[in-house]
Amino acid sequence: MDWSPVWISLATSVTATAITLVVGLAAAVWRERHSGPALALLDGILLLPLVLPPTVVGFFLLLLFGRHGPLGKLLLRFDATVVFSWPATVIAATVVSFPLMYITARAALEQVEPGLLQAARTLGASEWRVFREIALPLAWPGVLAGTILSFARALGEFGATLMIAGNIPGRTETIPIAIYFAVEADDIQRALYWCAVDVVISLALLSGLYYWTRTQGFGRARRLAR
Amino acid sequence: MVLDVQIEKKLPDFELNVAFTASEAPFSILGPSGAGKTMLLRCISGLERPDQGRIALKDRVLFDSEQNIRIPARRRRIGMVFQNYALFPHRTVEENVAFGLHQLSSEERAARVKALIERTHLKELANRYPRELSGGEQQRTALARALAIDPEALLLDEPLSALDTHLRSQVEAHLQEVFSTYQRPTLLVTHNIEEAYRLGERLLVLSRGRMAAYGSKEGIFRHPPSREVGQLTGCKNFSRARMNADGTVEALDWGCRLRVDQAISKPPAYVGIRAHHIDFLEARTGDDAPENVFPCWLVRASETPFRETLYLRLRPHGEEGAYDLQAEVFKEKWERFRDVPCPWHVRLSPESLFLMPE
Repeated sequence: MDWSPVWISLATSVTATAITLVVGLAAAVWRERHSGPALALLDGILLLPLVLPPTVVGFFLLLLFGRHGPLGKLLLRFDATVVFSWPATVIAATVVSFPLMYITARAALEQVEPGLLQAARTLGASEWRVFREIALPLAWPGVLAGTILSFARALGEFGATLMIAGNIPGRTETIPIAIYFAVEADDIQRALYWCAVDVVISLALLSGLYYWTRTQGFGRARRLAR
Repeated sequence: MVLDVQIEKKLPDFELNVAFTASEAPFSILGPSGAGKTMLLRCISGLERPDQGRIALKDRVLFDSEQNIRIPARRRRIGMVFQNYALFPHRTVEENVAFGLHQLSSEERAARVKALIERTHLKELANRYPRELSGGEQQRTALARALAIDPEALLLDEPLSALDTHLRSQVEAHLQEVFSTYQRPTLLVTHNIEEAYRLGERLLVLSRGRMAAYGSKEGIFRHPPSREVGQLTGCKNFSRARMNADGTVEALDWGCRLRVDQAISKPPAYVGIRAHHIDFLEARTGDDAPENVFPCWLVRASETPFRETLYLRLRPHGEEGAYDLQAEVFKEKWERFRDVPCPWHVRLSPESLFLMPE
């Protein structure tokens, strides 16, 4: 039994979620401080991968990163190709999971009372410290929820990945792709097996994180104890 | 140490336009809700940017529109106590107080926090989270946190308004204790007349962004410079006024002639008297009409726990419900004359009456 789809799926999802977390948070923070009609359009573009079929996203990525695409040409100068390689699975997973991170992080940051940030500023805190010590900890439950959603979306990514990364066993074959090709090859046993693995991973992840977030909270434990 | 403020800022409904100097003594800013009080504090602390003007603290220029100086809030070293306290909910009392002491070594920080927590009587609560504190405790934490940065000025936005009545006097006493040792410019914003008077030495009355009065609190309360300030400082009785040739004042709305002690340079437009300064004469002595004593008729009375508010007419008849004067008397006194048939006699004493040029 070849376990490589599990490792590829996990490596892809973890990497994509990490990128999404950092970039999504940064975009959300930046967007919170700037406004304007042009930025509303930008919001639309950033959220587009959420509503477009993954095949459309994959096709656009192919145009972008292909040999004749602008980013593909740029990479060729460094003798690198992305299409049909492991990084392509990460790119696909990142792009489709980004909107979930961006919306939830923005909503979570907007929930933080502006007065708290202002109080921190009057106490001499730099903008970075205001974010790291006040805004982020208070928005954390929401940011965490966004991270979970993004991870789940990355783990389940199929369409765009197939378009841009293909199905190369041991390199780009993630669990969903392994399932699809197992069914294609009439190997129902194998398909069932990967489905079971996927359910177990997802269930363990979601219930574990859900339990963990429920037990977080400032002064909650003590209040209950009193 | 002196705080010099001279700013203009356009707000949706009016323009904030103030110029004042606050020295070491506590300084009250009194005004109704929406007068621009909070905005004024936010401009001084650097959270809002005035359109024009200059703010200087001691020898530091914090804001100057002409020289394009705009020191950010974090470098102003101005302690601010927010109306809702703005305590960090994910940090304990101790951690809230320590927040502004980031740059100190951990020993120094611990020592400073400990001293502050003791000074503000928060020792037992040091490890509690804000949501586990009462309103008064939250207020003390917010004050300790603002004082921790050793601010060169302290701004308090409605420090007592979020508290229950029974807590106020306690917290007020604590504020007075802190003010007495702080000895730097302290600005206190409130819409409560009595708080403004008790906590501040000097007073600024703000009305729709404009300074309606500015000076010593005794002076402003004794002789409000305008009818508006009279109203904002709680005076209930006003009459249009005209100066007579013999130096007496004709109260046109009350229909009487008054002697007033206050000397005034401009001709008076209004004369006023505070409700609790109206004196009821229980027995009229002699037949000659004494100065500033007038017969009056009761229109209606309304009860407060310890005083009776009486609405009086200075003429035997008049429009239904209309009254000339609103007087306040202690219940004990009211009990003594309430059954005496009208007219009663009130004395508007010359030293209690004040004149307003506008």
